[in-house]
Amino acid sequence: MSHYEVKPGPEAFLPPAAASMGNVLPDPGEAHIGGKIVPEEEAYEKAARMILGAKVPTIFPGPLVLWKWTDHVAEKAKAIRELAIEAPMRIIPMADYRPKYPKIEAAVEINPNHPNLTIWHNKIDVCIFIGVHCHMANLSLKIIRGGTSCYTIAMCAMSGHEDACLSFRDADLTMIEKLKGTIKKLKSEGVESQAIPFTQFKMSRSGPIVPA
Amino acid sequence: MNKQVELKNKRIIASKHVKLGQKNKMNQTYTDINDIFYNSEQTPNFLTGSEVIREAIKRASVGTSVAYPITPQSEAAALIGEIYAEGYLDEYFRGESEFAVMGQCAGASFGGHRVFTTTAGPGTLRAMENFPMWAGSRLPIQVCVTCRGINSPLSIQPDTLEMHYLLETGMLVWHAETAQDLYDFILKGFIVAEQPDVHVPIAVCCDGFFVTHTKDTVDLSPLDKCLTPYDPYRNPQPVMDMETAPIRMMRDPFVMKSNYISYATHASWQQEIKAAVERSRKHTIPLLDGLIDEENIDREILIVGSGTAVSQSREAIRLLEEEGIKVGLVKIKTIRPFPYEEIRQATKNAKHIFVPEFNVAGWLAREIKANIPDNERVYVGPHVAGGMTMPSEVIVEEIKKHLGMEVASRGTLG
Repeated sequence: MSHYEVKPGPEAFLPPAAASMGNVLPDPGEAHIGGKIVPEEEAYEKAARMILGAKVPTIFPGPLVLWKWTDHVAEKAKAIRELAIEAPMRIIPMADYRPKYPKIEAAVEINPNHPNLTIWHNKIDVCIFIGVHCHMANLSLKIIRGGTSCYTIAMCAMSGHEDACLSFRDADLTMIEKLKGTIKKLKSEGVESQAIPFTQFKMSRSGPIVPA
Repeated sequence: MNKQVELKNKRIIASKHVKLGQKNKMNQTYTDINDIFYNSEQTPNFLTGSEVIREAIKRASVGTSVAYPITPQSEAAALIGEIYAEGYLDEYFRGESEFAVMGQCAGASFGGHRVFTTTAGPGTLRAMENFPMWAGSRLPIQVCVTCRGINSPLSIQPDTLEMHYLLETGMLVWHAETAQDLYDFILKGFIVAEQPDVHVPIAVCCDGFFVTHTKDTVDLSPLDKCLTPYDPYRNPQPVMDMETAPIRMMRDPFVMKSNYISYATHASWQQEIKAAVERSRKHTIPLLDGLIDEENIDREILIVGSGTAVSQSREAIRLLEEEGIKVGLVKIKTIRPFPYEEIRQATKNAKHIFVPEFNVAGWLAREIKANIPDNERVYVGPHVAGGMTMPSEVIVEEIKKHLGMEVASRGTLG
């Protein structure tokens, strides 16, 4: 059985889709690390260590968790913010999927059509995709793997993503809290966050709010 | 492959649909696909292929069907109209042409309906531009293609050339051998195509007339059980509005920009569609009991085929057996995803591989040749085309000729 390892890039001018290399998505209760199917429990530990070991760990929340279209989503969004505070991690939203021209504001937004720009600009070395529609996440994850060295984690509410370096599936509120709990546990055991100190920006309708 | 997809003791993941167990307006109960096929009594019925399409759609919780007449699918399209009148579908109408039909199907699917249509031959070709559009927009529409000739001079007779054109559209392409396959593939096809990690259109193909216009005994699932309806919230794309993709793309398309990023995005998008087709294996293997069927694959001579060429091959194998020539059989059920690994394994011991086809191009033989080692083992044929039948005796004759055996004379004029 051949095994295509999904590693951080830069991999190739046009890296293949991992599914086309034979990688199969995890079943319920499973996750994948680098394309290898593992029990979900193992993935929490690995994800938490990657986040704590990163200099610029960042969460990319997508429209499915940015807009309150159900009460469940509001709870999820709150848990994501708590996860970001616990780690700590930056939050850079993927508010929608429209291509941004002439250019995006790479410091404060990410777009699935050119996600590498945001990752390069902010020197993001570990990221989490959450609440991004699966098609758009896959579109993005391949481009990131192709041109950046960022380690990608997907907390997918559906079936997971082969194109991420690590992917959970069926990610709900409990799973987000569990990842936060694993980070907390590792920190209590002496694992220190390597994140460069930062201040999370705030946005208004007209752009980032610059503190006076 | 990082994980073997097992056949035994495993079914497609059971539905958690909110409407599971509820009744629809026809008093049918929304039922998990596993229960419909594996935990319900199947009743034999003697039906034409067209009637089988009607029976499948009665149980498929289809929202919209759009019809346009073209032989040999016209009868099926008309029968769906009858069950619309009975109340089984929400919307049914006739489009202006096959091109229009497929565009109207896209609209209904963007809007969140489960959509079914049928076409054939020149209709498939006329509609062609829409198929990669469906796939690129991740619309899990099902089209039943009742294959017939596509070229001039006009032929309405069975010919599978049109399937060749569908192979790289980004759709799932399944090929039914019998009316039973057709029934099973239509119902199971919706479920596989609508999985969130797949979510691409599906062409369920059958050979026109041979399957659509002949009667066969088909086991039908109970009429009081139907598929759970399509759930648009499991769409891997946002639902349609005028400000988000894919519709917004039409107004501000990245493809209109000439720079590396635009091209890279488009390439990644195309890869994702192909990846979605590959992901369907995991769901298809347990539901169809594998992407191929195998019979006696340890033999040195194998026939590998799809559609009714398989039925003709079964009889050819029986005739050859009477002469002491032992031949194995591989039936391919899904052309996309193509069962690369399965075919490699099934043919590993074969010295001669014959690929009978109802088309002039030999596209299935080409696919097989491109994917197995020592492909000089593949004999591209026998072929018939333009509506010819493929008598089992012809398959027997070509196998014997190729192996250097004596063949009975066809007779001469003098």
